[in-house]
Amino acid sequence: MMVLPSIGQLSTAGSDEILQPVRPWFIVATLLAALAANLLPLTGVALALRPDFIALVLLYWCIQEPRYVGVGVAWTVGLLMDVGDATLFGQHALAYAFLAYSAEYFRRRVLRFPLWQQAAQVAVLLALCAGIVLLVRVVGGAPLPRWTYAVPPLVGALLWPAVTMLLQWPQRPQRSAVEL
Amino acid sequence: MPYLPVEPPPFFRRGPSPLARLAFFGFISIALLFVDTRYHYLEGLRHVAATILYPLQRAAQMPGEALGWVGSYFVSLRDLSDDNATLKRQSVEHAAAAQSFAATQEENVRLRALLDVRTRYGTGAKAVEVLYTGRDPFAQKLFVDKGTDAEIRAGEAVIDADGVVGQVTRVYPYMSEVTLVTDKDHAVPVQVQRSGVRSVLYGSGAGRPPELRFMAPSADIQVGDVLVTSGLDGTYPPGLAVARVATLERDTGQIFARITCAPLAGVDRSEHLLVVGRQAAAMPRPEEPTAQDPARKMGKSKRRGGANP
Repeated sequence: MMVLPSIGQLSTAGSDEILQPVRPWFIVATLLAALAANLLPLTGVALALRPDFIALVLLYWCIQEPRYVGVGVAWTVGLLMDVGDATLFGQHALAYAFLAYSAEYFRRRVLRFPLWQQAAQVAVLLALCAGIVLLVRVVGGAPLPRWTYAVPPLVGALLWPAVTMLLQWPQRPQRSAVEL
Repeated sequence: MPYLPVEPPPFFRRGPSPLARLAFFGFISIALLFVDTRYHYLEGLRHVAATILYPLQRAAQMPGEALGWVGSYFVSLRDLSDDNATLKRQSVEHAAAAQSFAATQEENVRLRALLDVRTRYGTGAKAVEVLYTGRDPFAQKLFVDKGTDAEIRAGEAVIDADGVVGQVTRVYPYMSEVTLVTDKDHAVPVQVQRSGVRSVLYGSGAGRPPELRFMAPSADIQVGDVLVTSGLDGTYPPGLAVARVATLERDTGQIFARITCAPLAGVDRSEHLLVVGRQAAAMPRPEEPTAQDPARKMGKSKRRGGANP
């Protein structure tokens, strides 16, 4: 029986449990779901708050499963996002590739902390990703955006624990009800 | 001589290092950015990727549509009868105008024939629905659910019930991209409805109101004036409402007045839009002076020092 982890064990897989291997189709499915979530028809406040779901999911897989998801996958997904958003070709691709690299670089450090402290580090990585997009646009002649530009990375970081638990759920070892 | 294998087992093979990959993909990205900005060679690639994305975009629509259906199912009978009463009253109110419309239009056709003016609107307007708004905070764009399949072409004007929303800027097989009038790089030639003064309305980007630039402080314009398209560009059909003048600062110390406007259309709200065809034919260019007027031409070429033989 699958059981959602309680708040007490709010961390990635602890030393007492060994995660089952991830299924590659699950990674593909989550990335597609994140793409769809990024293309949701939102307006107003929801649009201003909407985090970059693709960056979040990519970050999760780059940290947890660097053998499957790396710079190349991130770059390809970024290209699709460029088309979905009608932005310049290569803008998201560059940002996500950089995100994947920094995730690979920091992953051992990030994994040592409980989820809430991971979220703080994730905020920095997401802000870096948004910063690259900003840099590309400003070099291309766009004006500086308003302060609300900084909100989505923060919302994304707040969602990090939920995303981690959700994406890790299928890999959690199955336990019997007696054990709990 | 004994031979020892020096290659690591397959498990340890991971290809190039992350830094090398980053350098490779980063370089490609920057090259793509450069090519896309300067040369616009990549529209074909964009079309392919857009077709791959299309099912996902439809999937993202579904939760909203499902909610809409459930909502409409639970609309109460009373709401419906109220609506019905309002609509009946409105149809009576509009009857007078509707009856005179046919006569007016006939008269208009005759007058136009007299003036030998070409029909202004291209054939047919296409009703479209908003798929989603672009999440790029640097540009004001949205995506609608019809493209080349419905014979939408880039450059056509997009309106809603209240006024101009924007212009089709890119067309994919099953969707098109609309740049809104509030986009930073967007300009609409307009005319003040009351006084007929012509100007150009420039978008200013997200959250900032569009502006009329380069208007003299003495120009005949007031707060509350309605701006309609002038049709001079051959893109927007003339006479569509665009915006209302919101603030007006006439500082005689400045060369130009500072005029901000509020769009009339629900630029960030409307869900159902209409794509209006281009003007049937562009305005003819004013004729160049020809040999029919030798005296004027002679005078001109003399003044220009013979630069115009």
